[in-house]
Amino acid sequence: MLAALLTMTLLALLIGAALGFAAVKFRVEGDPLVDKIDAILPQTQCGQCGFPGCKPYATAIANGEAEINQCPPGGEEGIRKLADLLGREFKPLNAEHGAEKPKAVAYIDESTCIGCTLCIQACPVDAIVGAAKQMHTIVAPLCTGCELCVAPCPVDCITMETVTDTATTWKWPYPVISIRAAH
Amino acid sequence: MLRQLFRFHGGVKPATHKTDSTRLPIGRVPLPAELIVPLHQNVGGTPYPLVAAGESVLKGQRIGAAEDPFSSAVHAPTSGRVIAVEPCVLPHSSGLRGLCVRIEPDGAERWIETAALAWRSLDPDELRDAIRDAGIVGLGGAVFPSHRKLRSGKGGLDTLVINGAECEPFITCDDMQMREHAAQILRGATVIQQMLGARQVLVGIEDNKPEAIAAMNAALQAAALQNIEIVAVPTRYPTGGAKQLIRILTGIEVPHGKRSTQFGVQCFNTGTAWAIADFVENGRPLLSRIVTVAGNVEQPRNYEVLFGTPMSHVAELAGMQPDTDRFIMGGPMMGFRMPNFDVPVVKATNCILVGSPALFPSPRPEMPCIRCGECARACPTDLQPFEMYWHARAKNFGKAQEYHLFDCIECGCCAYVCPSSIPLVDYFRFAKSEVWAREQQKNAADSARVRFDFRNERIEREKQEKAEKLAAKTAAARAAAQSTQETAPAAEDDPKKALIAAAMARAKAQREAQAQTDAAQDKKPE
Repeated sequence: MLAALLTMTLLALLIGAALGFAAVKFRVEGDPLVDKIDAILPQTQCGQCGFPGCKPYATAIANGEAEINQCPPGGEEGIRKLADLLGREFKPLNAEHGAEKPKAVAYIDESTCIGCTLCIQACPVDAIVGAAKQMHTIVAPLCTGCELCVAPCPVDCITMETVTDTATTWKWPYPVISIRAAH
Repeated sequence: MLRQLFRFHGGVKPATHKTDSTRLPIGRVPLPAELIVPLHQNVGGTPYPLVAAGESVLKGQRIGAAEDPFSSAVHAPTSGRVIAVEPCVLPHSSGLRGLCVRIEPDGAERWIETAALAWRSLDPDELRDAIRDAGIVGLGGAVFPSHRKLRSGKGGLDTLVINGAECEPFITCDDMQMREHAAQILRGATVIQQMLGARQVLVGIEDNKPEAIAAMNAALQAAALQNIEIVAVPTRYPTGGAKQLIRILTGIEVPHGKRSTQFGVQCFNTGTAWAIADFVENGRPLLSRIVTVAGNVEQPRNYEVLFGTPMSHVAELAGMQPDTDRFIMGGPMMGFRMPNFDVPVVKATNCILVGSPALFPSPRPEMPCIRCGECARACPTDLQPFEMYWHARAKNFGKAQEYHLFDCIECGCCAYVCPSSIPLVDYFRFAKSEVWAREQQKNAADSARVRFDFRNERIEREKQEKAEKLAAKTAAARAAAQSTQETAPAAEDDPKKALIAAAMARAKAQREAQAQTDAAQDKKPE
């Protein structure tokens, strides 16, 4: 009787210790679901979803505090991917948060720019170069098109220019459509 | 000794249509009224322009400089005046515009100073840079920059394959060049061989070009070159694919995700060998190429065409028929339909295939896939086109990639044999460009995330630094206040009070100073 009790107690202690060790040793840093959601989000950091950046929105989705249809830059495709990942129902984009637009980058009219640095402070991805009282310019390949720099500009010299296809970024059309057009 | 040849899986045997354009020697093209030289002619970034409108240029002058490691230079094909550097319609299926240098020839053909290159004594890196700046790219059709291929990998190279197979119907430019310039092609091949340190050179030529094989053999005997062999290979499309020709000549099957150099084999086109010889012997950059004009013309023929020459200019020379409705750059299997007749000839233009509704009737309507597997039997890269088609059609690109979509060389064999006349290659091109676009988007998003995180971190750090600085300043001020106002013991108890007292003292001192200067000013006028 005593031997059995002792054995069971020892076993329980051993297994408990092993579990405790594993919990510390193999601890998962951060929430993997948040990272998965964050990977789908377009990283424009525009805040149109109502959260200050993509990561906070991802966290809110993971916690069930936000809907999956609040990200206009991600568009319908992004919502579908989120719906797939989370096993939720697809919903059309919530118009409150904006509409899906073709990709654009900001453009600074350098002759109007007064060098106030307000846009530099607003840019979430450091895509604007310049200094106080020096002309600013956008590093176009780094611009995510979040439009956050447009509003702060006191002289309205920033415009959003839609990115047009070049021969290297052009995509072959879906074949069926072209065939029907040919007939 | 007869060399043992191997065979690749699949392939087709379409009608070759090659005899018509080989009856006449390579023709010369009179200078057109204007040359439109696109700056972006090969993979890699768009070369940046080195000239501006109004400048005069010499023949062979560099007008576009390589922008990144995969980019290659562009040169003025003739002497003349730069009319403009502006976006023009490119010879590309999209019909989009790209930056071009428009040159008005002066007809004098004044060359830049050219001299033979002492390439044997040059450092390999310098020689590669020189080849990049001479704008030499693969002339077989893929226009991959040659300087990127001219480095011998680890363990050296065993075999250099010179690709004269030219398997695609209608195209005969390599054939004619081998007939007329065999010796120079072989000299170029030896330059490449020595740069790569290859043990042997195998020149693969399809056996439907007996004249080219004879000319190359004659040149080989005349030059008495060692370790070079001209090999006649069976005519079967797409023998001219690099991996296919390597398979036939050496038996090596380059697996998925590997390069032929990892197996000691490198492949160059005959035209590229010719261009490299022209560069090292005469110092001339790549300014022209042999172009086959075939199809709906009176006299199909090969011409040596300067880059930038409008395609219509060449086609009219060959007698373009009035019912022409399209130009195809390349052959009927892999070629691209041109957006208009006046797009310029570029480094990739091996053939201008002049088309008419009679010659190329519109394809039969697409029928459902019956999964007969003909396409898989014809595929020279051992893929399963019907599976890839299914996934590409459903826009299920991940699955299509699992079936090795990116190993597809777009040779068109699958679409050629398809009994349901499905334009399979169009689906694969669509899927490939979608996958690329997505990948780029993903990379852009990832880098945006990194920069956003970094910025947040920086703002946090700056905030902290500011707070620390402020604390240090406060402490310093406090110490100062303590030393100057030791008479005020109450201040010592409360550092805030000390600060206020110090500020008050400063203000008082300022006020006194102000009063003194005021008094002095008051005195002055009187």
